[in-house]
Amino acid sequence: MSQVDFPILSLLTFLPLVGVAVILSVRGEDAVVASNARWAALWTSMIIFLISLLLWVKFDQSNPGFQFIETAEWLPQVGLTYKMGVDGISVLFVMLSTALVPICILASWESITVRVREYMIAFLVLETMMVGMFSALDFMVFYIFFEGVLIPMYLIIGIWGGPRRVYAALKFFLYTLAGSLLMLIALLAMWDKAGTTDIVTLMHTTFSPQVQTWLFLAFFASFAVKVPMWPLHTWLPDAHVEAPTGGSVILAGVLLKMGAYGFLRFSVPMLPDASAKFAPFIYALSIVAVIYTALVALAQTDMKKLIAYSSVAHMGVVTIGIFTFNAQGISGALFQMLSHGVVAGSLFLCVGVVYDRIHTREIARYGGLADRMPAYALAFMLFMMASVGLPGTAGFAGEFLVLVGAFKVSFWLALLGSAGMILGAIYMLYLYRRIIFGSITRADLRGILDLSPREIAIFAPLAVVTLWMGVYPSSFTNFFEASVAAMVEHHQAALAVTSKLAGVIR
Amino acid sequence: MLLAIAVMAPLFGSIFALFIGRILGDRTAQAATIACMVLAAICGMTSFVELIYGGAAPGVVSLGSWVSASDFHVDWALRFDALSVSMVAMVTCVASLIHIYSVGYMSHDKTIWRFFSYLSLFTFAMLMLVTADNLLQLFFGWEGVGLASYLLIGYWYDRPSACVAAMKAFIVNRVGDLFFAVGIALVFVTFGSIEFTDIFAAIQRHQSDMYHVLGADFRVYEVIGVLLFLGAMGKSAQLGLHVWLPDAMEGPTPVSALIHAATMVTAGVFLMSRMSPLMDYAPGALGFVTVVGGSTALFAATVACTQNDIKRVIAYSTCSQLGYMFVAAGVGAYQASMFHLLTHAFFKALLFLGAGSVIHAMSDEQDMRRMGGIWKLIPITYVMFWIGNLALAGVPPFAGFYSKDAILEAAWASHSLSGHYGFWCGLIAAFLTAFYSWRLMIMTFHGAPRADRNTMEHVHESPWVMVVPLLLLSVGAVFTGYAFHEQILGADWREYWGTAIQIAPTNHVLLRMEEVSSLVTFAPTVLGLAGIALAYVFYMFKPEIPVMIAEKFGPIYRFSYNKWYFDELYAAIFVRPTLWLAKALWQVDADIVDGMPNGVAALTTSGAQQIIKIQTGSIATYAFVMLIGVVGLVGSFLIFR
Repeated sequence: MSQVDFPILSLLTFLPLVGVAVILSVRGEDAVVASNARWAALWTSMIIFLISLLLWVKFDQSNPGFQFIETAEWLPQVGLTYKMGVDGISVLFVMLSTALVPICILASWESITVRVREYMIAFLVLETMMVGMFSALDFMVFYIFFEGVLIPMYLIIGIWGGPRRVYAALKFFLYTLAGSLLMLIALLAMWDKAGTTDIVTLMHTTFSPQVQTWLFLAFFASFAVKVPMWPLHTWLPDAHVEAPTGGSVILAGVLLKMGAYGFLRFSVPMLPDASAKFAPFIYALSIVAVIYTALVALAQTDMKKLIAYSSVAHMGVVTIGIFTFNAQGISGALFQMLSHGVVAGSLFLCVGVVYDRIHTREIARYGGLADRMPAYALAFMLFMMASVGLPGTAGFAGEFLVLVGAFKVSFWLALLGSAGMILGAIYMLYLYRRIIFGSITRADLRGILDLSPREIAIFAPLAVVTLWMGVYPSSFTNFFEASVAAMVEHHQAALAVTSKLAGVIR
Repeated sequence: MLLAIAVMAPLFGSIFALFIGRILGDRTAQAATIACMVLAAICGMTSFVELIYGGAAPGVVSLGSWVSASDFHVDWALRFDALSVSMVAMVTCVASLIHIYSVGYMSHDKTIWRFFSYLSLFTFAMLMLVTADNLLQLFFGWEGVGLASYLLIGYWYDRPSACVAAMKAFIVNRVGDLFFAVGIALVFVTFGSIEFTDIFAAIQRHQSDMYHVLGADFRVYEVIGVLLFLGAMGKSAQLGLHVWLPDAMEGPTPVSALIHAATMVTAGVFLMSRMSPLMDYAPGALGFVTVVGGSTALFAATVACTQNDIKRVIAYSTCSQLGYMFVAAGVGAYQASMFHLLTHAFFKALLFLGAGSVIHAMSDEQDMRRMGGIWKLIPITYVMFWIGNLALAGVPPFAGFYSKDAILEAAWASHSLSGHYGFWCGLIAAFLTAFYSWRLMIMTFHGAPRADRNTMEHVHESPWVMVVPLLLLSVGAVFTGYAFHEQILGADWREYWGTAIQIAPTNHVLLRMEEVSSLVTFAPTVLGLAGIALAYVFYMFKPEIPVMIAEKFGPIYRFSYNKWYFDELYAAIFVRPTLWLAKALWQVDADIVDGMPNGVAALTTSGAQQIIKIQTGSIATYAFVMLIGVVGLVGSFLIFR
């Protein structure tokens, strides 16, 4: 059923490892190795990105099911297959991953000076894991990639991070691992019941409500940490603060999406009754995330921490959207995930720009940059406004669709869940004012340089995408429209069956 | 098509100035943005004439799909009807004049290209707002003017006060916007669409729908009406959410003119008229609109009487006039509300640009206490101020007379409690308006010069690029009222408005207006003239009286002078608690939420350190423990077998 005559998803997944092999084969002076590693990583990731554009072109938007399916026998005795495929929900995340990696490599061009080769290898391995995770159609394969993401990220934070990198990396690793282990147990339980780990089959397997409850809680432990949902979010600010810029971009851009993706891929379609049962609980946590973390963001003195907390608030909107179980809510959540991937990534890059120059993330150390850095001020303004959810930028459509979806559930959910409209504006404008506006008072800022051509090359595509997603979001929502519709229908049908059964028993 | 050009040309100018104007220089940026604006004005006027006089059919120009998710579908589309073309014609004309004026006013600025880019962006956003064919696109323009006002108020970003004012404007507006957005969601849930055509076609069908909120059932139209009006309160600076408007004076004066006259603040009034088919079936919400509008008109007028900053006085007068417009909308006289909006745009732009001309002449002095005695030195500006103030005070036959009178008549004719409240508020405000307008004029132009010698020597009439826009605006301030009142408000108002404004069959307020007693008709004019006379007595002939009054009625004076202490109140109940809560929650996050996993980690490490002690390394100990274990196991096996 594949629209291209080669296994594109496996190619995208494993091509980075070819780049790794190339980088490993380079020998010579340190400087030469570093330079070659950079170029090799950039070229590899660019080629992968170009190939992934085929998905954009060839993907059949009217088909709600999985496409580009590849299957290979793996362990048939236990029902394990190597199966890849994407549907409307995952295809754009594959592209988000392939698009952000070259940007991260470019962003790390000058700021990473030690162990450049290893850094580039870690990034390419990370790309393998991310792409593999979003395209896996077998639960076991998914699990392997899902956990595999941890390793390169752990190294990126732990080796190239800031002063408290080891603490942050360990915290990140243990926190997420603890959750994932419960998911493994749930996975085994499902395999035991269904006799297979094929995701498509599992989606059409009905589990009894009691079983669903336990499975849901196990999944929740894993995904809620990844999202991250309040109160399991505290690993994120530390990880962001310590991670190098490229690491932060991937962390915010892709890794945070893994939890929400998990909810969409597993919890909601496979465990409809439990999802419906726990929805109010999720709403409550999400509203707390939206309001509480936004306020905490306001109090921050470290730029990266501020944006990290804002990510938690934005992801709160995503979880509200997913658990509204209606087309607007889920579409909005998906769009918000994509836009947050682009916008939060860009904001971390913005922080990286000044960090590379002044080597501090302390907000109070800055001020008045607009005079010396007009191009930077413009880029920062755009991404800030996108983060605030200004219509015409990427941040709006998702937030608004979630608002509509939430309104169908409850007035208060919509109103409180959208409180970020006000709070987000407060902390972002306050941040912008302290960094960009005002006049320069510190000597070291007087000579600060505006964006270099390399940095403009990083920001230009992100700015274009940010505006494109704001002006013409349909070009993205069209990808998942059919899949979301099918998902909503599936969910309602499943709930109807359960209530009918309950009626019979009564 | 012409409409599309009128809307898009300013955007093009803005982008051009931002990216290319910066490289090619200020002259190019100015020329490009002004050319685009003039083009937009020509297209805007032409489509106005085509629709109103040429008999062109109203319609919708679709530009493509925007947001869609299942049954939620929204297009980029421009609505071509009387409401939108009236606004487009007014906005493009006034904005063009402000652009031209800015060439002179901003000539000493460092980043002229940036200023013109923002101005055009502002105009574009407003045009998108007024031509929107659905609520979401209206919201796009709504937020767009919010962004542009933020950029322009904070234009001089090296001044801390400007930065604060810019943030304040954006954030206060966002409070209203949140309710507006929720209101849009409710419209969608009710009607299944947010396109105006679909909503208006289904008005009858959902008449008696109920919505449960706040523990009671309300008619859904009432809830929608209140939510949308809460949004309008933010943008149009109504009592409670008005605090950003006076501070918006931090921006350059042409910006104030654009924000207060042609764009932005009128958006809320426009929204009420745009949604008239729905609002007219929500009498409860309309009552609320009237009460808030009337209160704002009176409140702002009382504050304007004691301010000393020339721009602040005019800012509060804007606030007050917006209140009038909401009173009109609230009693169902949307036509009168729009009429006042249009006439107000001209005379308020005239007053602001006139104030700019004064400030320019006085070497950037804004405090009226340091002006005076300059009317002979800048005679054209002086005359312009007279015209603007006569229009503002509602003296016949100037523009404001027709529109303001109509509003008060409508409020009286509505025969409702809220309408009468609006009427009395408006009547008192009319007196105060005339009073503070002439107070402003006398303090600014007459009396002994209070500025220092150096400033006085430099007082000069503004260059022609600034004077010509003033002259053109004064034409509008004189004639728009007389020229259009019959068409817009007369018995044949449907000829002009078409289906752009629709009212319920029970709404006869326009007809009843004709029947109100002549006392009501003449009262505002008489009170206006009295206000002018009082101002002359107070500030021209007996300047010691206001000083005495301020001393004798100290608390009242200070209450007005400090703007009813709204800023202090909000600082105490919103700003400081929020900041305190933010800090407190951060502590909670670090100590408790993060403390738990860290505590578990610490427990594990210290536990491990204890357990290490068991690992003695002595083989004898290990063997002994093992032996005990084996004995235990075997023993239990034997026992429980």
